Amino acid sequence: MQTLDELIAAAPLFEGLDDRYLRLIAGCGANEHFAAGEMLFREGEAAERFYLLRAGAVAIELDAPAGGPLLIETLHAGDVVGWSWLFAPYRWSFDARARETTRAVGFDGACLRGKCEADHELGFELMRRFAASLTEDLQATRLQLLDVYGHARLD
Amino acid sequence: MRALTDSPRGTRGEGGASGPEPGEEAACAGPMVPAPFTVTAKRRETSDTVTLELEPRSGEPLRFAPGQFTMLCAGGAGEVPISISGDSARGPLVHTVRAVGLATQAICETEVGGVLGVRGPFGSPWPLAELDRGEVLVVAGGIGLAPLRPAILALLARPRSGSVTLLYGGRTPEDLLYTGELREWPERGLHVAVTVDSAGPEWLGHVGVVPRLLSRVDFDPSTVRALLCGPEVMMRFTVAALAQSGVGGERVYASMERNMQCGIGHCGHCQLGPTLVCREGPVYSWSALARWLAIREL
Amino acid sequence: MSPPGAFVLERERLDDLFAALTRRGYTLIGPTVREEAIVYGELSRSADLPQGYSDEQEGGHYRLRRREDGALFAYNVGPHSLKRFQLPPQTRLWRARLGQDGSLTELQETPREHARYAVIGVRSCELRAGAILERVLLGGAHPDPADRARLKDAFIIAAQCTQAAATCFCASMGSGPTAHEGFDLALTEVLDGERHYFVLDVGSERGAELLADVEHAAAGAGEQAAASAGHARAAAQMGRELDAGDVRELLYRNYESPRWQQVAERCLSCGNCTMVCPTCFCTSVEDVTDLAGEHVERHQRWDSCFTVDYSHIHGGAVRGSARSRYRQWMTHKLATWFDQFDSSGCVGCGRCITWCPVGIDITEEVRAIRGEEQASVAHA
Repeated sequence: MQTLDELIAAAPLFEGLDDRYLRLIAGCGANEHFAAGEMLFREGEAAERFYLLRAGAVAIELDAPAGGPLLIETLHAGDVVGWSWLFAPYRWSFDARARETTRAVGFDGACLRGKCEADHELGFELMRRFAASLTEDLQATRLQLLDVYGHARLD
Repeated sequence: MRALTDSPRGTRGEGGASGPEPGEEAACAGPMVPAPFTVTAKRRETSDTVTLELEPRSGEPLRFAPGQFTMLCAGGAGEVPISISGDSARGPLVHTVRAVGLATQAICETEVGGVLGVRGPFGSPWPLAELDRGEVLVVAGGIGLAPLRPAILALLARPRSGSVTLLYGGRTPEDLLYTGELREWPERGLHVAVTVDSAGPEWLGHVGVVPRLLSRVDFDPSTVRALLCGPEVMMRFTVAALAQSGVGGERVYASMERNMQCGIGHCGHCQLGPTLVCREGPVYSWSALARWLAIREL
Repeated sequence: MSPPGAFVLERERLDDLFAALTRRGYTLIGPTVREEAIVYGELSRSADLPQGYSDEQEGGHYRLRRREDGALFAYNVGPHSLKRFQLPPQTRLWRARLGQDGSLTELQETPREHARYAVIGVRSCELRAGAILERVLLGGAHPDPADRARLKDAFIIAAQCTQAAATCFCASMGSGPTAHEGFDLALTEVLDGERHYFVLDVGSERGAELLADVEHAAAGAGEQAAASAGHARAAAQMGRELDAGDVRELLYRNYESPRWQQVAERCLSCGNCTMVCPTCFCTSVEDVTDLAGEHVERHQRWDSCFTVDYSHIHGGAVRGSARSRYRQWMTHKLATWFDQFDSSGCVGCGRCITWCPVGIDITEEVRAIRGEEQASVAHA
């Protein structure tokens, strides 16, 4: 059974981070557990936490009036859920719901944000890693938007 | 927002056989009886959407306030609530209808000379009286431009201080409504920016979601007012983007959609929390709605 | 007008009262036994009433029981209410001939006059419900299409309850058990040894005028006391309670209570509650054509917010889950009704509890939601 420290050190998102920062981040983290169907966060709420998934699956969704929520993306063990805690206005733009029993490390994003303000080197390291992850997300989303399977020209 | 009372109904059913019995008072037809309107013009907007111009078979033209809707029916195929899209100051009754079911299909298949049943107008209008001064942002998505068109026409009709800007988004260039007017309206002083979710290379306009157009518009966030209509998801994101720019929900108005059947506040179908969309809506101030829209499956 | 309990009518004279109503052109409606339930039917004489019957009601349970005596009103409410008359289950609004071009000709609206009803045996909760429904249907900007909601057109002879069922909670909702207004005459039944009589409250000029046409007497202290004892017995027997003081605010705070999911697991979405509820008013409007497509009719019929299609808009239903539909019904009845119609929508008649096949109890749900809220506050 990995300790929180080992888990965080092993996560690709935190790879290469200085030991003191790893310890600091671990200090802001705690094990969390979500039952199937439980919401991790909701659109519009203050974004104070983010999660590193250990097991299970999370759906990123948008509530729509008719026919239930729209499924945007699914995230699994090893993925990080939530980056709005790092960027103003620090509010969730989507819903996140556990699709099955999910274990995660939850991080106090508000606290980490404060630490980034105080230590800009930490700020840069975190910002760099999250920005890279977001770039990948954006590229994937663009591809998804192209609707390659349905697009008449791309069949 | 209180609904306007019905326009004077000069018509009832066809004359002749349905007229009052001898000696009986000629009563006003009840609110569930449609008045006959003839289709005088029909224009195809997109593959599934048409715009119809309608004139009453007899009696006065239908008076309405921008934002209101009527209950439309074609033959016995059922009735649907359709926003009025015409000029509230003049001209025929205009409806832009998308064929998504039996009733709308029947309406869309009605040709010039055919007759539709009309009840209304119903519902609360856009707060035009509050928009005489100051900037106005009109944000429309898809067929959401249809209920906003009368507001745009009314805003352009009178001299005003403060610009009016239309931000309009559709799925593809082929899904855009009123393309002719989108080109003409800038000549009448309307700032127009159009975007689509996807397009081919022959499209020279924006590609991207509507909220992204906001950053291209110069407005004073402390005084601007916004009128929104489109898919609820799009409206929520637009409101969030406006909020980030400093525009509070009390200056944002949205036209909402729920299952309206009777149009007169009796059948209960269109409930949205403590309100009825046919009565307190379809136009709402966003700040009145926000807490209700946050509840899933309300 | 005389104070309540001023007069006495002997059981034998009840038919005279009926006859006086018939002479005035009223059709008599009242409780009758049919298919093992007490439901509204047409009456010609007092013997048509459920003589010697009681009812036994609990969550998901309704039985009639025979009594040893000939009491006429010794039961509480059945599945019917005044709603059947104010908002009939099915109404044709109009019919017309349909032309090739879509025009409607020879349009005939269903006439708005209706038979003059005298309804006998109406309970206090029903009177309150009828007033609420009248406000819903007639108090808005547009009149009710079929325009039958007006209770003052009907002659109402109320029956003051002298017992309460296990599912009754009108006392909690302030709508009973004793009615003080909304009727022309009210009867409190008393069986005292050999004697069988009614103590009367006169509620209107019309009621006084009718009573003057029937042999009756001034009520004595003993008779009035017997009637009061009956009222007190009903109040004491209330089967359930609902803490109504802040229920609107309670429900507004608890749209996400875990309780909704729990009740949803039992709810069949059958809609029985909405059909028996005397204030549920949801209807559907449908156009129907004949096979040849030559005629069209517009119908209004009872609908229920429990059907999936009820909230359907393009793309699907807004309330797809049973959880959201039960929540809609209960929050409408107890909370948003205040915002829409300035009162609660619930009169505490208990019909929804009795007629729910799985015995879901609105009073228990309120208690449970309050309990969940207090528990989550305690853990915070």
